[in-house]
Amino acid sequence: MKLKSFPKGGIHPPHRKNSMYSKDDLNATIPSIAIIPLSQHIGAPAKCVVKVGDIVKEEDLIGESVGFVSANIHTPIPGEVIEIKDVYLPSGRVSPAVVIETKGEFTRLGKPLEVSSWEGLDKSELVDIIKRQGIVGLGGATFPTHVKLTLPEGVELEHLIINAAECEPYLSSDHVLMLEYSKEITTGLKILKKILDPKNIYVGMEVNKKDAGELLTNTFKEESLDASVVLLKNKYPQGAEKNLVRAIIGKEIPSGKLPLSVGVINLNVSTVYAIYEAVCLNRPLVERFVTIAGGAVKKPGVYRVRVGSTAKSLIEECGGLIEEPSKVIFGGPMMGFTVFDLDVPITKGTSGILALTKKEVNAAKTTNCLKCGRCVDGCPMGLLPSKLYKLIDHNKYDEALDEGLNDCVECGSCAYNCPAHLFLVQQFRSGKSIVRRSKGAK
Amino acid sequence: MKDKLVITSSPQFHNGDSTLTVMWSVSLALIPALVWGVAMFGLSSLWIVLVSIVSATFAEFILNKIYNKSSLWDGSAFLTGLLIGLNMPPQMPGLAWIYVPLGASFFAIFIVKGAFGGLGNNWMNPALGGRVFVFFSWTKHMTVWEVPMLDGVTGATPLGAVKSGLLGYSGSANNPLSLLNEVRDNSISYFDLFLGKIGGSIGEVSALLLLVGAIYLIIKKIIRWEIFASYLLTFTVFIWIFDGTRFGNGLFTGDILFHLLSGGLILGVFFMATDMVTSPISAKGMIIYGIGCGFLTFLFRVYGANPEGVSLAIIVMNIIVPIINRYSKPRLFGHNKKELENE
Repeated sequence: MKLKSFPKGGIHPPHRKNSMYSKDDLNATIPSIAIIPLSQHIGAPAKCVVKVGDIVKEEDLIGESVGFVSANIHTPIPGEVIEIKDVYLPSGRVSPAVVIETKGEFTRLGKPLEVSSWEGLDKSELVDIIKRQGIVGLGGATFPTHVKLTLPEGVELEHLIINAAECEPYLSSDHVLMLEYSKEITTGLKILKKILDPKNIYVGMEVNKKDAGELLTNTFKEESLDASVVLLKNKYPQGAEKNLVRAIIGKEIPSGKLPLSVGVINLNVSTVYAIYEAVCLNRPLVERFVTIAGGAVKKPGVYRVRVGSTAKSLIEECGGLIEEPSKVIFGGPMMGFTVFDLDVPITKGTSGILALTKKEVNAAKTTNCLKCGRCVDGCPMGLLPSKLYKLIDHNKYDEALDEGLNDCVECGSCAYNCPAHLFLVQQFRSGKSIVRRSKGAK
Repeated sequence: MKDKLVITSSPQFHNGDSTLTVMWSVSLALIPALVWGVAMFGLSSLWIVLVSIVSATFAEFILNKIYNKSSLWDGSAFLTGLLIGLNMPPQMPGLAWIYVPLGASFFAIFIVKGAFGGLGNNWMNPALGGRVFVFFSWTKHMTVWEVPMLDGVTGATPLGAVKSGLLGYSGSANNPLSLLNEVRDNSISYFDLFLGKIGGSIGEVSALLLLVGAIYLIIKKIIRWEIFASYLLTFTVFIWIFDGTRFGNGLFTGDILFHLLSGGLILGVFFMATDMVTSPISAKGMIIYGIGCGFLTFLFRVYGANPEGVSLAIIVMNIIVPIINRYSKPRLFGHNKKELENE
């Protein structure tokens, strides 16, 4: 069978997906103190609805979404609000956060959850539930899901594409999720089918997750859901939205447009599972699958983790560090964020905690650009990263825009390849933000 | 741990290549050819190479002082010196063995590289620039070719012998190798050409050992197939089509093997044309560049004044690399060509 892929660019970093998981011990220890940032999504931060001293029950609302592009925040643990303070998010931004100390009883943990029927609900009721439960895209971008599910008037959806590519090295959270919860994912897809009524449903994944693909295909058959698994080449960044859509339906999303312009809505497979939990189990998004890995971690693994746990507690869960890490990363090594201490909390968008050794990081001194063209070779968007770098270096932002600066998806393929070790992605980010700011000034 | 964790923008890891590994790998790949050259031509050739390397490194050291940079150990100056040394004739009269390689290295580092801003900013391959500079400055010293394993005896290179042999030629030889054996005392075979038992620059004679180095670089993904494949293909096609005519054999009878194995072609194709800094940045551009190099090498070799054409061909193509880059951009994802024109 011929594997699908996007045609140009991309890189082949080592997979290093050796993460183990145990079926019986999938849940990480529940934190005794949870730090829950109020900005865990793209859009306006949620408004705090608790104050210090308040007692909250498990899964209570603590942050209320403000505006359309925003999301509710719930507490993963029952307890007392002991502090409301600013914390650093993995991205380095500062967000207010509610700190809760476990107290009292877990109302839902460990108890059998009632599966409620959803067939009787209509589209808008389903979207409302998804909105109320604070579901955001779990692939990393954390875009509020109810926004995506609200189709413009009169638009018929051609394809629903589920992103299960998980092309980042080390990460296997989605893989484990699919192996363990294929039935639930199928139900989630049925809910989405009802909301969006797409003509086709595709689940795209890299071929290194073939076992999960076969399992899903069988489950779709058993549950008589008309959806197909599309196996993709192992190539980074197969899971980047634009590349995934190109690989699966063969169409390019025009520059600056949304996937909907080619009739597509794109959702991460973990998001589909979260939708299932929200609708069928009446659970808000307070947990997610996280891969804990990297050469410095004793026993790498995949766990189901409560939002608000810290990196430190998760690494301890995995036997602690066996070596001083050079970098601790939230997310994957290609697009994740480094943090400067281990007290940073897991948010809805955290797919992995990686503690990489110096050897794994492979840093080297930055030199002049060698014009070797490896960045051009790696770029899945057809950009000339070395040229863009130079243009931004010379403050020629308009020219950089003409060369496609805003088409850069910041996948990092260029910088991964660069023998001069130039900080290409960083340069493009700063270039983009300067352009954005100057546009705002005009 | 707080002070020790590294904070960077993504991506957080790297494939491990660096300027340093690239430069030193290329130098390493050239060592077998160097050893062969010294074995063939004697210790005098080693001195020439050493002078080149030392003077190139010294020049880089001076530049570092002037610009307050530290690029001495990135290996680029060493590599430039090594390439210049390998491109020198194995023997030079008087003190020429000092000042010719020294002049080439200084020109390469100070003018070709340093004056344009150092590593990565030069538009011409420094080693080739240095070589061409001394070729025109001391042409006589640069065209004395020692016969391998016969100390002090000089003769023409195979390409040179064929070129001069053809002038006013009316014999019966119908290919370059038979012509070569007619005008020389000791006969040579294709195998001698392949091994490198021929006259020529110190590092260009052994096609075999250069190929060994090239394969190492191909495996390490340092040199790009787009460049050497299109270069070799274009060159062989044109030689095959046209070179036969010089021997009265008509079109499509050129002696490909002879041309591939003689002169600096292998050295030029795999180690000079593939220089990252002075070749195009997109795959499409590299193919265009390789075709250009191949065609010009053919043109200069067969119809030019000098028997060799590789250096000049590559330099001419170096000059037009910016133009190639401009017209060989990859297509931007999500941009429809027609749509863009309408905007």
